[in-house]
Amino acid sequence: MNEREQVSIKGTKEGLLIALSPSEEWLGITQELADKLDQQSTFFSGAKVTIDVGARPVPKYELSSLKALLERRGMLLSLVRSESATTLASANSLDLRTFSTDNSHLEDTQIPQRDRNEDDRGDKPIDSEEMGTQGVMVKRTLRSGRTVHSRGHVVVFGDVNPGAKIIAAGDVVVWGKLRGMVHAGAEGDDSVIVCALDMNPNQLRIADHIVTSPAEHHRQVTPEVAFVRDGQIVVEAWT
Amino acid sequence: MGARVVTVTSGKGGVGKTTTTANISVALSRLNQRVVMLDADIGLRNLDVVTGLENRIVYDIVDVVEGRCNLRQALIKHKQFPSLYLIPAAQTRDKTAISPADMLDIVAKLKPEFDFVIIDSPAGIERGFRNAIAPADEVLIVTNPEVSAVRDADRIIGLLEAENKQPGKLVINRLKPDMVKKGEMLSADDITDILALDIIGIVPEDEFVIPASNSGVPVTLNEDSKAGLAFQNIARRLLGENVPLMDLEQQPGFFRRLVKLFNG
Ligand SMILES: Nc1ncnc2c1ncn2[C@@H]1O[C@H](COP(=O)(O)OP(=O)(O)OP(=O)(O)O)[C@@H](O)[C@H]1O
Ligand SMILES: [Mg+2]
Repeated sequence: MNEREQVSIKGTKEGLLIALSPSEEWLGITQELADKLDQQSTFFSGAKVTIDVGARPVPKYELSSLKALLERRGMLLSLVRSESATTLASANSLDLRTFSTDNSHLEDTQIPQRDRNEDDRGDKPIDSEEMGTQGVMVKRTLRSGRTVHSRGHVVVFGDVNPGAKIIAAGDVVVWGKLRGMVHAGAEGDDSVIVCALDMNPNQLRIADHIVTSPAEHHRQVTPEVAFVRDGQIVVEAWT
Repeated sequence: MGARVVTVTSGKGGVGKTTTTANISVALSRLNQRVVMLDADIGLRNLDVVTGLENRIVYDIVDVVEGRCNLRQALIKHKQFPSLYLIPAAQTRDKTAISPADMLDIVAKLKPEFDFVIIDSPAGIERGFRNAIAPADEVLIVTNPEVSAVRDADRIIGLLEAENKQPGKLVINRLKPDMVKKGEMLSADDITDILALDIIGIVPEDEFVIPASNSGVPVTLNEDSKAGLAFQNIARRLLGENVPLMDLEQQPGFFRRLVKLFNG
């Protein structure tokens, strides 16, 4: 591993912010990025990515191979930040902005465009401690293949279908049927809760505890809450 | 006004998109609609085979896009159904040979001449899929009563939502009523419970389908085929007729619920 940080990966409420050193050799940097991502691939899979390359002029073919590198790991490059006109032109010609409304993940958690002002562009990634008290509200059913990551809590007003995934550092509340995968307390906090009107996830994780759904015969359809008690995930009526 | 553009898609491969496209197109043309089928499955074309038009192909959609012919030259007219046309896919090229913008362009030119443009989508969620849905006014999502097919359909529905397309309608294909009754196969209810979409048709597994496709005479022309009738009903529902879903399951309550789903 290099002494200097060539690649930094941070979670923000919009997804992942990946900053690539503007001065190091590009091939080495993308290799390091690939390695880093592969070490934590399950956590990053499905994330929407903002790339910051600083002043580096990135030609189109390099940007598109970076995009492919992310896509092979299930991530979506949606925004490119750079001071370089070359880089921005490459991003434009790769349709990166329209892409964010196309196959985007996490778009529900995005700050609406109108709430964003121009000089807000260089926004810093939000400090994770502060994010711990924040959350995202997803006002629709999360369908298969969709992933929501949050450094805070996640509230879904709709169903979480099989094949959809929620990864949150905080609590997860599903006002609907939970049938996908949820990882609450994903950064280690095992005091969080997961609740749903109909709790039937195919897998539920709280911090480093895991349960899979039992075969669903004569399952009660009633609001339930899951939490960790005595080192085990338990599920109780949500009252 | 112009044609309604209906894209038939699925996510998972092999669930019956091409069969559905061919059959509802033939059925619509028999209901006096002017229909053009557009095969967007570049590289793996087979809509022409299924509709018996393979031998008549001179130009294909990539020839149109690349200017080797005009749109009219690529239109193949069905001899038996003179209001039915096909624009075939290219056999030899990959799906990046055309773009969503090309599709919009071609469809815009077809619209004034037809009542329906029916687009057969390739499997997957790549460029070919995006090509197929770009011009769509309406989407039919074909699925089989299988967990993996439903999962992929759900994925597709999510992508369509992200494109701000109208919610699609569901075609459940290859349902086996006996297996559903024994609890060995997902029922239509199980499927809509997850996908939360209206059903526009349930097509049973039917032994007439494969020989019909092989001979290029779509099964909807076969009066004895239940699948053929189901496709005919889909065409009539597309035209706004209120055709009750066939009772394939004979399970009490089932039929009524579906009718409600379809109407609601
Ligand atoms: N209702 C049915 N009963 C029996 N066989 C069927 C039925 N529907 C489709 N088939 C058969 O299933 C096979 C796949 O159908 P089809 O080619 O229409 O699928 P597709 O979704 O277009 O596939 P691809 O993703 O490869 O384009 C074909 O052999 C077809 O004849
Ligand atoms: Mg096909």
